[in-house]
Amino acid sequence: MSTGQGGVGLVVVSHSATVAQAVARLAAQLTGSAEDVRIEAAGGTEDGGLGTSADLVVRAAHAVDQGAGVAILADLGSAVLTVKALLADGEELPERSALVDAPLVEGTIAAAVAASAGADLEGVRAAAAEAYDYHKQ
Amino acid sequence: MGDEGRDKGGTGGPGTLDAAFFRRWLDAAAALIDEEAERLTALDSAIGDADHGANMRRGFSAVRESLAAEEPASPQAVLALAGRRLVSTVGGASGPLYGTLLRRTGKALGEALGERTDPDRTEFAAALRAGIDAVSALGGAKPGDKTMIDALVPAAEALSTSWEAAAEAAREGAAATVPMRAHKGRASYLGERSEGHEDPGAASAALLLGALADTAGRAGA
Repeated sequence: MSTGQGGVGLVVVSHSATVAQAVARLAAQLTGSAEDVRIEAAGGTEDGGLGTSADLVVRAAHAVDQGAGVAILADLGSAVLTVKALLADGEELPERSALVDAPLVEGTIAAAVAASAGADLEGVRAAAAEAYDYHKQ
Repeated sequence: MGDEGRDKGGTGGPGTLDAAFFRRWLDAAAALIDEEAERLTALDSAIGDADHGANMRRGFSAVRESLAAEEPASPQAVLALAGRRLVSTVGGASGPLYGTLLRRTGKALGEALGERTDPDRTEFAAALRAGIDAVSALGGAKPGDKTMIDALVPAAEALSTSWEAAAEAAREGAAATVPMRAHKGRASYLGERSEGHEDPGAASAALLLGALADTAGRAGA
């Protein structure tokens, strides 16, 4: 039910730039052609330190937004809280943005696969959340 | 209360909680955080990741620069700008938490005041309460979880008495976090080892309230 020609975009928010970039790259590779789904990393602070930058998150979300919504995945405390504060503020993120409640690595891969298959924002969110059900023991 | 200049938010009379008052408060808070940054970091090194002082110093110094450059004209605009700067510059969890506190307090103040720009202490206390509720909702913390909420909630209640009572309540609230076990943030992973240390977020909240009482005392508010 996507409204634009493009699909749902993904933003990977981590406390660490390295983690965010690696997870985004992994998910893009596992979905085959990276053209199918837009994924941006927003990790660390703007000066390259550990932490979260609201400005990087906002920029990444606009970069992947194609009108069908933006699913945001986050890891630790400040990453989650920054995204929630931006969503509560309701002004800076693209209109249809959502924080997805999922483990970062598994959730991002599931979200990317769903988005590349044409799922809408709700479908992407559900696919990512299902990652919590895959127990390792 | 003088009326001169109030509409510009510049030089309200003694006791006026105008934009200039809120700018002076945040300026005083930035100075105090700068002085106490090492203490905040020492507290955070016991139960956190030892960056609270540096993060708060970076955030409040950015707030100070923005307020000086833009000179927002109403209390609500001062708080909104300061909150946004904290979210974008602090880097740690205290950025969105303090950012939300200031922005929601400013928003509630704006809704309560309409066109007016001169809240009294009671109106400010109600707005601060709304800001604290938003912080609780964002972080999921309640009193007793060993967070900034433990300093902020008693301070907001004591504001009905006086500015100084609020600052004192925040200091006592921060001290009361020492024996608590953390239920939120990185410190919560430590379990019982989080006991016996003052919460850095409660300590920085007490600094904000201390700067508020000092600013109000000087203004004769």
